[in-house]
Amino acid sequence: MTTQPDQTAEPQPAPGLRLRGMTKRFGSLVANDAIDLDIEPGRIHCLLGENGAGKSTLMNVLYGLLQPDEGEITVDGEPVRIGSPKQAMAAGIGMVHQHFMLVDVFTVAENLVLGREGGALLDMRRARRTVRELSDRYGFAVDPDAVIEDLPVGVQQRVEILKALANDARFLIFDEPTAVLTPQETDELIAVIKSLRDEGRAIVFITHKLREVRELADTITVIRRGKVVGTAEPGESEAKLAELMVGRSVNLTVAKAAPATEGDPRLVVRGLSVTGPTGVPVVRDVDLDVHGGEIVCIAGVQGNGQTELAEALLGTVPVSAGGVELDGTPITRLTPRQRIDLGLGFVPEDRQRDGFVGSFSVAENLVLNHVTEPPYASGIGLRVDRIRAEALDRVAEFDIRTQSVDTPVSALSGGNQQKVVLAREMSRPLAVMIANQPTRGVDVGAIEFLHARLVAERDRGTAVVIVSTELDEVIALADRIVVMCGGRIVGIVPANTSREVLGLMMAGVSADEAMRTAATTTEDVNEVIT
Amino acid sequence: MSGTATVPDSGAPAPAGKQPTAPPPRANRGFPWTELATTVAAFVLAFLVGALLMIFSDPKILSQPQYFGYLATQKVVSAYGALIDGSVGSWQAITESTAQAAPLICGGLGVGLAFRAGLFNIGGQGQAIWGAILAAYVGFSWHLPPVVQLVVAVIAGVLGGAVWGGLVGWLKARTGAHEVIVTIMLNYVAAGLLGYLLTTSAFQRPGRTDPISPVVDWNATFPRLAGSQLHLGFVLALLAAVAVWWILDRSTIGFTIKAVGANPNAAATAGMSVARTTIIAMTLAGALAGLAGVQAALGPTTGGTPVPLSNGIVGTIGFDAITVALLGRSRPLGTVLAGLLFGALHAGGLAMQSIAQTPLTLTTVLQALIVMFVAAPMLVTKLLPFLRGRRVGTGVPSSSGGLA
Amino acid sequence: MSAPATPAVPSAPTPPPPAAATPGPRLESAEKRRQRLSTGVLIVVVGVLLLVLLASTHGASRFALSNAFDPVQLPTVSLPGLPTVLVCAVLCLLAGAGFVSGRLHGRLPAVAGTVAGIAFTLGFLAWAAAGRDLPFPVSNQFAGTLSLATPLVFGALCGVLCERAGVVNVSIEGQFLVSAFVAAVVGSVTGSLAAAIVSAMVAGFGMAVLLALFAIGFKVNQVVLGVVLNVFASGITGFLFDQLVSPQAEKLNSAPVMAALPIPGLSKIPFFGPVLFSQPVLAYLAVIAVVLVWWLLTRTSWGLRIRSVGEHPAAAEVVGISVTGVRWSAVLAGGLLAGLGGSFFTVGATGSFDKDFTVGNGFIALAALIMGRWNPVLAALMAVFFGFVTQMGSQMQTLSTPVPSQFLLLLPYVATIIAVAGLIGRVRAPAADGEPYEKG
Repeated sequence: MTTQPDQTAEPQPAPGLRLRGMTKRFGSLVANDAIDLDIEPGRIHCLLGENGAGKSTLMNVLYGLLQPDEGEITVDGEPVRIGSPKQAMAAGIGMVHQHFMLVDVFTVAENLVLGREGGALLDMRRARRTVRELSDRYGFAVDPDAVIEDLPVGVQQRVEILKALANDARFLIFDEPTAVLTPQETDELIAVIKSLRDEGRAIVFITHKLREVRELADTITVIRRGKVVGTAEPGESEAKLAELMVGRSVNLTVAKAAPATEGDPRLVVRGLSVTGPTGVPVVRDVDLDVHGGEIVCIAGVQGNGQTELAEALLGTVPVSAGGVELDGTPITRLTPRQRIDLGLGFVPEDRQRDGFVGSFSVAENLVLNHVTEPPYASGIGLRVDRIRAEALDRVAEFDIRTQSVDTPVSALSGGNQQKVVLAREMSRPLAVMIANQPTRGVDVGAIEFLHARLVAERDRGTAVVIVSTELDEVIALADRIVVMCGGRIVGIVPANTSREVLGLMMAGVSADEAMRTAATTTEDVNEVIT
Repeated sequence: MSGTATVPDSGAPAPAGKQPTAPPPRANRGFPWTELATTVAAFVLAFLVGALLMIFSDPKILSQPQYFGYLATQKVVSAYGALIDGSVGSWQAITESTAQAAPLICGGLGVGLAFRAGLFNIGGQGQAIWGAILAAYVGFSWHLPPVVQLVVAVIAGVLGGAVWGGLVGWLKARTGAHEVIVTIMLNYVAAGLLGYLLTTSAFQRPGRTDPISPVVDWNATFPRLAGSQLHLGFVLALLAAVAVWWILDRSTIGFTIKAVGANPNAAATAGMSVARTTIIAMTLAGALAGLAGVQAALGPTTGGTPVPLSNGIVGTIGFDAITVALLGRSRPLGTVLAGLLFGALHAGGLAMQSIAQTPLTLTTVLQALIVMFVAAPMLVTKLLPFLRGRRVGTGVPSSSGGLA
Repeated sequence: MSAPATPAVPSAPTPPPPAAATPGPRLESAEKRRQRLSTGVLIVVVGVLLLVLLASTHGASRFALSNAFDPVQLPTVSLPGLPTVLVCAVLCLLAGAGFVSGRLHGRLPAVAGTVAGIAFTLGFLAWAAAGRDLPFPVSNQFAGTLSLATPLVFGALCGVLCERAGVVNVSIEGQFLVSAFVAAVVGSVTGSLAAAIVSAMVAGFGMAVLLALFAIGFKVNQVVLGVVLNVFASGITGFLFDQLVSPQAEKLNSAPVMAALPIPGLSKIPFFGPVLFSQPVLAYLAVIAVVLVWWLLTRTSWGLRIRSVGEHPAAAEVVGISVTGVRWSAVLAGGLLAGLGGSFFTVGATGSFDKDFTVGNGFIALAALIMGRWNPVLAALMAVFFGFVTQMGSQMQTLSTPVPSQFLLLLPYVATIIAVAGLIGRVRAPAADGEPYEKG
């Protein structure tokens, strides 16, 4: 591994935050295994790892939300004990959480002052002044009296950053900060983080996105299965980083035959619009045809109407205009139950919330959406023996790792939980399969399996719609790519479209414009290189 | 990188600091020894507290400190002796316990079934009141042939409870109104309407000015085993328990109810109608509570005739039912056992009051204490460390949600 | 290298901002529309009801503004029954039509709602009083309202503190009961009102300790716990009453009664003086408590922390706030208020206690809290409203109107159901209300 030159040069304890041998166990599971980490002023330290590699656990330990089982933390050479967020803040650590820790109904100033009121009485004037000062200094333009829930996600994130800065944090942790941002917002955030670094703050940037690492990092540490598996230089190739992160060379392209686009479309969407609970349209006038035997991927930044579109197709979200047909049958007015009976398969985005009942057994979850039909029911009576027999078959077929079919699904790993959901949907003949983020939070082994099953479903003649925010997944699976932004379809492009074009389209640039822009950018690059 | 320890293949490490996986709630479906132990411990602790309360509130004991030990022992022994005697001391006492248990079991089943659907049915009181009103009305004014009148009265009462419960489900399904508030308020509405009805000529006993109805016909009274208090109502309660077991564990309705209760979002995504399930669950819960009201209206007292309809006809059955469901962990068999225990407590309390001059209200205190100890397993294990390390489910959702 | 790895947008036209940034044309959401229509229909129904009552309105409606003991005697106002009810009915219908048409914007819906409320109350009273032998005693109505509302205000404020901190308190009833009992006993033994009230606060505090211990410490479901605590309160007061108090009632159950404390000067104002400024101390304390709780919640650090742990406890935790500590403090403070309210049932009334003496007032306080949307001032106003309706019910009995007073007494309960059903604007509970907090 690479050694850092400045580290060896320093004779006395170097300034900075150092973790040595941090270990955190949950029962028999070792989430962090003897992790060493150096966080130094004026440097951006990227912590790279897959979902579930233990990055967030490590940061929660560092922030005092979890107590480590072993290990030592030093600040500027002095050992510190971080038993609570309060002690973490006192040690100069600030955190921008993946799920923002903001009180939605409070104003910006109230959120900022919470926990550091500085007296029994609230001094809101001082709080507003602090917001304005900090906001001006970093060019954030945040209104201190705005209520959080009215602010766009990107601005909410700035409030999170302001909170940490108001506390004068020397060590700033960003936990997966770009997951909810548009590419533009991401660029702005990256600029902000760089300026914070240039002020001399130490930054930890947690991510699983290789591109961001390459752009930001001064130091890269890769974590896999709770252990540091290596450090890398920022110039390292993406392939190399990916290999480190996953533990073997990764080939995310999926072997699949050419799509059968002939024949009638099985799913037809015309002029579909959905109005959100606050009266704002979240899906606007969407037209879409999906043929049997093809995979259409819907790409876009989180929160641009894809989720609502998928749920409207299932019928759990009411449609404000437009219509949907499944194999020629209008289904707009049908209940989810009726749509499922017509052959609609659905994998929800958030499987914990919508995908299964955690306290139910594997067997029960495998029949969750067709339990009222024969052979699992006769009349209103359940045929427990049939349900079990079916479950044993599915567990074998989908390689679901579980102690028994009676084990509650909540006791399974994320990948196996997702297999339960997929096995349930694919255990009956489907006309249309809608899979929303089918591999989110799933380990690589399971991803390959799930992708193969989705392609197999396509090859059975099903019309497959996959909603994904991961461009890698979209590019690997799609026969056609639909890009959504602001609730609209920006364009429908072939599977071999470049990442640059897709990225621009995700920001709302039309397909033609995006291709032109991408072409010029590439020329610019070529000019610079030559 | 030296690969020393390996992480088990089983799964992704903990997301955001939560314990990765809770131990399976009921992976082992054997005999619930732990539940039994906690329950016994809760009883012992509650009776201890009850004894202290009895001693330190008796002016006779407090005024003679020199005989404290003797008087205190005598007081506790005589009170608890009478309690045991009056609940299980004789065939008569045992059957009195079953008679007291019957409405508790029905009400507890209603509350427990709603719990399984993720609903808090605090409205057993109102549902039981409607059960009692309609059963009693059929019982004293329709004068049908034997058997027929009883059947009609029972059905009327059950329907009354079902409608009053279903109304809550309908309001929740249509408007999202929180069932806790709606049921509490509907309890008062039902009680108010009962008070009003008892002033009308259709309900008030001729010649009386106080709010009391005529006596229920013999044809509408639950038949009982000669020389005991074991009446048909207890059998109905047991049948209801079996029915609830079948619904919850062997029917698609129960499957849906449990799915909606455990995760309404996943249930909706799987095509189940949360609204319809809510209405069905509250209707069933109301029907069971209605049956508890029927028991109050048609169950014979020791004198042979049922208590006529009056403002206090159902007592505090709605709230007692919640304690029964808690003690029974919302499961049918548990509810039957819990109902029997509290029924025995009530029957024994009556004997304690008449023989040992200890107020019946002590049983209410005991009941509340037992449930508090059972509902907080952490407390019991803190007080009784030998039970530590065993996890006990309470059968109740942990969150109650904002009340709107 | 000058080319960034992520796609930059050098020459591209500015793309349209994402959906979240600029909401498109804001339509009336289905829920808002349903609420508006149901409110309108409700008001129209009420107006129609008044029209129906016209048929049985005969003669003049008389309202007595003073009762016989007031120092300044005001005249009895007489209104022509039929026209008054008619005008009120028309006002209701107009306001209802305004809602249904959807043409009301800005502050107009609030104005229309207020007009409809006042018109209905006045119209209903005019009908009830029309042609009766006795005039409707207006000053009794207001005086009775305040004394019924006093404990409700304390109870509702207790609920506000608990629930803004995220702890559902269904056991206000039990807190009332225990503190009413303790106030009676301590008041009887010591003969001191102050001792009675302080001991009642201690009792309310004690019940709050149980609530906090089980809800926050042991994470027992809060609704179920509240019900069990009520059973416990009923049992323990009932048992002690039976065993200890009842046999020696003159010694243990005859507490001194709080006398009215006229405020010098103000109490001499005609009509308002006797009604508002000649109250027992607890009534003044209730008003002070409303202001105090409002001030605590909105102007102090403690209040900010209470609100934060009730909305998003994790956000409070990460800035170093002890969620359990703040919740404990809020529940205990609420217990003190509930204790004050409970004492009013005994030392504010007859000085003696009886079993299950608080007859559901704790639940009405809970209802006031919800209808007041967890806001201390609105909750107190709702408590006054419930006091008003209850008092009107008992006044109606003396007027012998054809409507059974039982129905009026049910009004608070029905109104609460209508409110939580979202028919008059959606009520929104604190986001973490009733959620036990799991650390980390």
